[in-house]
Amino acid sequence: MTDHTIEKGIEWEYAPSVQGAEMVSIASTYGLFIDGAFVDPTDGEMFPTINPATEEQLSSVAAAGVADIDLAVKAARSAFENVWGPMKPAERAKYLYRIARLLQERAREFAILETLDGGKPIKESRDIDIPLVAAYFFYYAGWADKLDYAFPGIDPKPIGVAGQIIPWNFPMLMLAWKIAPALAAGNTVVLKPAETTPLTALLFAQLCAEAGLPDGVVNIVTGDGRTGAAIVEHPDIDKIAFTGSTGVGKAIRRAIAGTGKKLTLELGGKGAHIVFDDAPLDQAVEGVINGIFFNQGHVCCAGSRLLVQESIRDQLLDKLRSRLDTLRVGNPLDKNTDVGAINSAAQLQRIEALVASGRDAGVEMFQSSCDLPTKGFWYAPTVFTDVSQSHRIAQEEIFGPVLATMTFRTPDEAIEKANNTPYGLSAGVWTTKGSRILWMADRLRAGVVWANTFNKFDPTSPFGGYKESGFGREGGRHGLLPYLEGPWS
Amino acid sequence: MSRIDVRKTAKLYINGAFVRSESGRVYSVEHADGSAVVRVSQGSRKDLRDAVRGSRSAQTGWAERTGYNRGQILYRIAEIMEERRDTFVDRLLTGGMSDDAAEAELDASVDRLVWYAGWADKFAQVFGNLNPVAGPFFNISAPEPTGLVGVVLADASPLLGIVSRVAPIIVSGNTAVVVVGGPRPLASIALTEVLATADVPAGVVNIITGDAQELGPVLANHMDVNALDIVGVEPTLAAAMTRDAAENVKRVTVEAEPQFMDEAAQSPYIIAKFVETKTVWHPKGV
Repeated sequence: MTDHTIEKGIEWEYAPSVQGAEMVSIASTYGLFIDGAFVDPTDGEMFPTINPATEEQLSSVAAAGVADIDLAVKAARSAFENVWGPMKPAERAKYLYRIARLLQERAREFAILETLDGGKPIKESRDIDIPLVAAYFFYYAGWADKLDYAFPGIDPKPIGVAGQIIPWNFPMLMLAWKIAPALAAGNTVVLKPAETTPLTALLFAQLCAEAGLPDGVVNIVTGDGRTGAAIVEHPDIDKIAFTGSTGVGKAIRRAIAGTGKKLTLELGGKGAHIVFDDAPLDQAVEGVINGIFFNQGHVCCAGSRLLVQESIRDQLLDKLRSRLDTLRVGNPLDKNTDVGAINSAAQLQRIEALVASGRDAGVEMFQSSCDLPTKGFWYAPTVFTDVSQSHRIAQEEIFGPVLATMTFRTPDEAIEKANNTPYGLSAGVWTTKGSRILWMADRLRAGVVWANTFNKFDPTSPFGGYKESGFGREGGRHGLLPYLEGPWS
Repeated sequence: MSRIDVRKTAKLYINGAFVRSESGRVYSVEHADGSAVVRVSQGSRKDLRDAVRGSRSAQTGWAERTGYNRGQILYRIAEIMEERRDTFVDRLLTGGMSDDAAEAELDASVDRLVWYAGWADKFAQVFGNLNPVAGPFFNISAPEPTGLVGVVLADASPLLGIVSRVAPIIVSGNTAVVVVGGPRPLASIALTEVLATADVPAGVVNIITGDAQELGPVLANHMDVNALDIVGVEPTLAAAMTRDAAENVKRVTVEAEPQFMDEAAQSPYIIAKFVETKTVWHPKGV
């Protein structure tokens, strides 16, 4: 039990309320899910996956090599040509509905496993990630037999075999964003979960088998960047969908140039969170906190740059400072936990290096006074004040619980600063003036603009970037386009 | 003794002005029947950079025009082309087209402009929508122009090619820097003189004649170009440009063997290649 003292002398005592993990059974080893069955990797290579909150090994999973990817692609091709492609769309829809229902039934199991393998608070995996996963499958299930209405005037057709590579920050949600629209459009997939978070994708593979999904429609191949490269370079893959770092996204673009493979990229971000002096300040503070500390800041659309109007700078920072101290950092399985574990040692090092660059540049900062566990990977919520646009912490994606604060005086200056980044994924605006919201929304070069809210996601709502944050949309009617042949492709 | 004719050296069209290449280079375009030779300015890397700078400055203002206004300007281009049809047909004939083919090329070009003009205030209705999210939020997705689009036309159809690619790019509020390569640039050059008098703001369309092999990679590597439209370019160069485009994640469209007379060559989905979808959320409440 930890005591937390905040200003005004009020003492808060928290009793731990830990979600039990009994309902999750984790095998000691996992093979690759290819053609409807778990198989050993051709060369037998395995790698461990750990719980980042304890550094304990959870399981050992297969590292798929070039030969394994070839088997997976062959299975996906065969399933596309013989089963999934020719299937009546209404029947495909029913499989997707079945998957959605099974996900709902086993939601808690998925949430716990997601938290164990990735370090995110159970509050988020249970209430946000997994419910959204089911919702995405449910939403896209309904599109499967209605594609002619989605894009009138043409006759949309599936592309074929999609190679999908997803990150570790929202392992199941990114899987759903990739697999649900791909399958609804009639494609088959080879999906690689991130190296540090393979377990829920492997549980999803079991769920596909349980749903009776035909063999080869969904293939799950675990591994690191080499496995990803084998997918990108496989000649019989028709489309690559990647979510991850901008650096890797660019490398994929280069690798497939001239091959005719289709591509969508969801890359990094450095979202501006803009607070005007007429904003409802307490709500704005909650929005800013959620914007950067949700999922430990491991969020491509995080509001990682706070742009506050100069006249309310001190007031807002005071409120942020005291709110920071009420954030519960610790055991991700504790239902009270607000900020969980950093996903990996490597990510922790990146965060530490970027924060050091800010400190070395002389930027002031404050951190939550929370106690951090001794084992595992942790980082205290951090706010830099008075950052200038040229600082690395204002330009580079930190992908951790670190906020960079800047000020502005006029709406024009806010726009200029918000858009002064190679990225363009998200932005937030807090003001009570409706016409100003619309004026700002028009000018922010970002794929998602949250006004008087932040970090909201929905299967009906397209998501994706401008500029170096990538191209293509996931979610909504727009999210079907990357998986269909048509005049746009 | 017959009168000596006055010959014009064709210039580049950059940021609303007709300029010679800063490099001083010109090349010769021979009429298909060998009857005459026209001297054409050969654009350089520096000319392209100038064009990108002007085009970037023009983009925000062009995007802020209303769809109604952009539609009228595209229609105005069509009106003037129709009026000058003799000039265009003549240029197409000198490029080696038959009478019928030249007339058909001009007709199709004018009609295509009119068709795209009509999309200016409609495409957002077709490609945007209200999203029924599961919560008390207003949520809308609408297309916005990607920004500055570099177009490389290697040796596409001499008039319909440029019209077919530029109209869907600018109709949504993008600006275009167009490299016209190949041996038949004269109709595109005639188009510059229409653009200059059709209320198209300076910098919205820039047309640079020259060598696609030389100039394409300049556009592909330029960090202030947001998208590439690679048309009729041989595969090795197209692939190299696509690789170069990765550096700032340009959106890339490759049309290897365009068939501009085909029905599919005009489509609202071509407009959609050069837009970004922006989604805006706002809570509902009292």
